[in-house]
Amino acid sequence: MKLLTHNLLSSKSLKGVKVGYPLRIVAKDVKISECEFNKEFVKKIIPKLDWKVFVNAAVEIGQTSDLSDELIEDYEDDDDYLKKVHHLLMEVEIINGELICPETDRVFPISAGIPNLLLNENEVS
Amino acid sequence: MSRPEHLAPPEIFYNDDEARKYTQNSRMINIQLEMAERCMELLMLPEDETCLLLDLGCGSGLSGSIAEDSGHIWFGMDISGSMLKVAKEREVEGDLLLADIGDGVPFQPGTFDGAYSVSTLQWLCNADKSSHKPAKRLYTLFSTLLACLNRNARAVFQFYPENVHQTDLVVSQARKAGFFGGLLVDFPDSSKAKKYFLVLMTGGAMPMPPALGTENSQINYTSKREKMTKGRASKLVKKSREWILEKKERRRRQGRTTREDTKYTGRSRSGRF
Repeated sequence: MKLLTHNLLSSKSLKGVKVGYPLRIVAKDVKISECEFNKEFVKKIIPKLDWKVFVNAAVEIGQTSDLSDELIEDYEDDDDYLKKVHHLLMEVEIINGELICPETDRVFPISAGIPNLLLNENEVS
Repeated sequence: MSRPEHLAPPEIFYNDDEARKYTQNSRMINIQLEMAERCMELLMLPEDETCLLLDLGCGSGLSGSIAEDSGHIWFGMDISGSMLKVAKEREVEGDLLLADIGDGVPFQPGTFDGAYSVSTLQWLCNADKSSHKPAKRLYTLFSTLLACLNRNARAVFQFYPENVHQTDLVVSQARKAGFFGGLLVDFPDSSKAKKYFLVLMTGGAMPMPPALGTENSQINYTSKREKMTKGRASKLVKKSREWILEKKERRRRQGRTTREDTKYTGRSRSGRF
């Protein structure tokens, strides 16, 4: 699972969960896989991201980066900056670990890079 | 036509054996790819722009590869772990989630520029567990999907409805959730090539895209009056020369021996004989 997915994913399918965002991450295995840098897409996706959640998630899974808590203003022309964002967003993959709902502490296991979001019958709203 | 959704729930039907078919069986692969291409076309995404798409029931990620070819980034959701395993083996670019789309699409508002689904929706029309209510599950899917789509984004579902009740159910739940649009049927006159697409739009009612294979679908009709006059004209007076010529012509067409037509044909004898 990429950090891009994490940034857009919530646990609001669970019964009784209102926001369910952001999900906490426990990463056991992290893999870096090469992915082509698409400048236009990164530029387009940055406004959609919750920046603080993104930076925190990167720290949570042990990826060091010099990205600050605040998004810089002129990121559109800063290729190096965009490349750093691209690396964290698209190339860092969580292979094994857990996603945890912030409201109910329900654990969603991640195995082989695929988070398991299947719900039990009594959890469906 | 066999209906796998009658045999077992999707997470059980698409086991390792069934999932492998989607990498080996070229006929199945081609059908999937063709329909995914048509879905992409119906999404009408802006050209030369990378979009973020959602593949509902992505399976082994065949439809996702069509999205990749057009340069888009996609996320896939599927209920079958075996199918997702195959997708991982194929090293698809999209990020995969193991989830039941009938429980909702758990993404943040305004995430996607479009959503598509190939041969998945009919599975939701069945109740596989005692707690399943198809109408409610479809509504949950459509309402959560609407929430996570952009303004003016579209969602296209190719599916195999079993009967008219299923299409009614699906379309009515989509409308109830707040989508515009409706059902598009490609090649409606062919039983084999006929394909159903649910084309859903978010930003107000827009004209539906034209269906394929309907160019010559206007039925030729003859009004009653025309038919009557034609019938009267073709009836010839019996024993007349025209009537005899026509009868001889008909015999020739049938390959029977017929005397040739002369100036004496159909002429009554003079009284002297």
